[in-house]
Amino acid sequence: MIIENRSGRAIASPESSIPSAPMPRSRLLRALVILLPVLVVAMAISLWAGYRFLDLTTLSHDPVMQSVFFRLRLPRVLLAAIIGASLATVGAALQALFRNPLADPFTLGVTGGGMLGASLAIAMGWGVNIVGVPFVFLAAFAGACIAMVAIYELARVGSLVLPGTLLLAGVVMNLVSGAGVIIIQYLVDYTRALQILRWMIGSLDIIGFELIGRMLVLLLPGWLLLLGFAGDLHLLAMGEETAASLGVNVRRCERLVYIASSLVVGVTVAVGGAIAFVGLIVPHAVRILFGEDVRIVVPCSFLLGASFLMLADAFARTVLDSGELPVGAVTALLGGLTFFWLLRRRQRYAAI
Amino acid sequence: MASSTEQPAKTIPADKPMLQTRNLSFAYSSGISVVNGVSLKLQRGKMAALLGANGSGKSTLIRLLAGILFPSAGEVLLSGKPIPCIPKTLLARTLAYVPQLNPLSFPFTALEVVLAGRSPHVPRFQFENRLDFEKAWVALETVGAAHLAQRPVTELSGGERQLVVFARAIAQAPECLLLDEPSASLDLKHRAELIRNLVRLRDRMNLTVLLVTHDVPLLDESFDVVFAMRAGEILTEGKPSEILTSDVLSSVYEDPYLQARNVEGRTFVWSATHRRPAVQRE
Repeated sequence: MIIENRSGRAIASPESSIPSAPMPRSRLLRALVILLPVLVVAMAISLWAGYRFLDLTTLSHDPVMQSVFFRLRLPRVLLAAIIGASLATVGAALQALFRNPLADPFTLGVTGGGMLGASLAIAMGWGVNIVGVPFVFLAAFAGACIAMVAIYELARVGSLVLPGTLLLAGVVMNLVSGAGVIIIQYLVDYTRALQILRWMIGSLDIIGFELIGRMLVLLLPGWLLLLGFAGDLHLLAMGEETAASLGVNVRRCERLVYIASSLVVGVTVAVGGAIAFVGLIVPHAVRILFGEDVRIVVPCSFLLGASFLMLADAFARTVLDSGELPVGAVTALLGGLTFFWLLRRRQRYAAI
Repeated sequence: MASSTEQPAKTIPADKPMLQTRNLSFAYSSGISVVNGVSLKLQRGKMAALLGANGSGKSTLIRLLAGILFPSAGEVLLSGKPIPCIPKTLLARTLAYVPQLNPLSFPFTALEVVLAGRSPHVPRFQFENRLDFEKAWVALETVGAAHLAQRPVTELSGGERQLVVFARAIAQAPECLLLDEPSASLDLKHRAELIRNLVRLRDRMNLTVLLVTHDVPLLDESFDVVFAMRAGEILTEGKPSEILTSDVLSSVYEDPYLQARNVEGRTFVWSATHRRPAVQRE
């Protein structure tokens, strides 16, 4: 109907011809076409790099090498991809939901809540011997969920989410959860305390295919929810009232994104520990590469997050001559620098 | 109507008043009532203004009408259908709302913001097509902001941002448009341009408009009706010439110093700052 307006006004000058900017859909497709090969290359590098670099001729007939590759390296690389994709997707979704470019499962204290829940489960001996017995997942999910709702309600005034309060509440949530974890470590016996300490730093070395299968049962619904709500999140990123007036069921979207994010963060924390800032670095890299459209940022963060954590883990495995760095330390270092850089750019991101 | 109001609306019937409220009341969580028993009626294709002092409940009322807040008593009818019975997407295709504040945290381009106005018309899990893109572009041209299309909205001035959000509402192609102080940060030229655009949309598309404003000189005879609000109630309503007088405005704003003069079909209002009650009135 509005097209008719054009004839009503003298606006048909050459300056006002419609620009041939790419449509959101083709921008998404182009981004995926770029990121899929990146994912394949990152996976190849990650499979190749390690304490013993991969040699395809040896792999084909050496049973030791085969065992190292299929029992240790392949599941580890897959786990890195899964956790990276999860954290980056949750980060992208939470940034849109809270309209805060510094939001991330870690900065919002959701990771802390999940860790407290998982520590409690490990300390009580529920599934200690096989890390990854679903109860630890559920405890971490519950912890993450409580943390998320708590910080959101703290930072919320009517329909406004105060960005500073949100991040402060996240910091405090992490400190409180950390204190809880330390108290638990003092109360339990030495082996369990060590076990808690191990994954607190964030590492990817204790796994197998069975565990990955169990994770996926819970992660797949979470991923699908977050990807499916990218359209609503795109409108929510423009403001809550705006989204509501454009037909978004804001409360339902919020609730489902909370649940999906807590589920995904809970499961990744229960297996990989606190791998910080992936949800901050990756979505911002995607924004710089492909623009702000949340419907592009969420799926691209999924792919780039997987690539990013596989490469970070390959780096952590190979940078030292003997032993390896915890991958959480690598991402925290990179992420911390990203955080400071984003703070410097606050004139671009007015809400910080 | 044969169908009962409990049935979810499939379409918006055209024979009822566009907007109607019955005994509408709203209180925030503090318990203080902001809107008290408002009953108003706005016919299809009419352009209305809503006046009132700060805190008189204008913004709350317009949010209730937009279906963003839900009343504690009474109901809002859109073409005879209660708003909660209308599916959200259909509501968004019928009714657009331009909020007073537009806090934007992310550097979306102006064109992306306007394109979001097409989302009620786009099926779920699909993207806007070329036609939506053209409508967004024409909406930007209509408000005279096409040159801002590729600029990040976080870098725009308050007035430019208001224009972009107005363009989004136009791109939404609604039947009814609610605007909360849309002229607040606009310069003189763009204020007049805003009203010209609203008049054109009303005359060509039969758009129903309700506009909250403090900007009395903007309200000329092209407005069909003016509602005046005081302390959460509709004090009075009528043609601009009936409402925009010293007497009525003095009681709307509870200000005995207030004076209004009509010059060339426009009303200019001022309040004497040197504390001399306006006694000599015609």
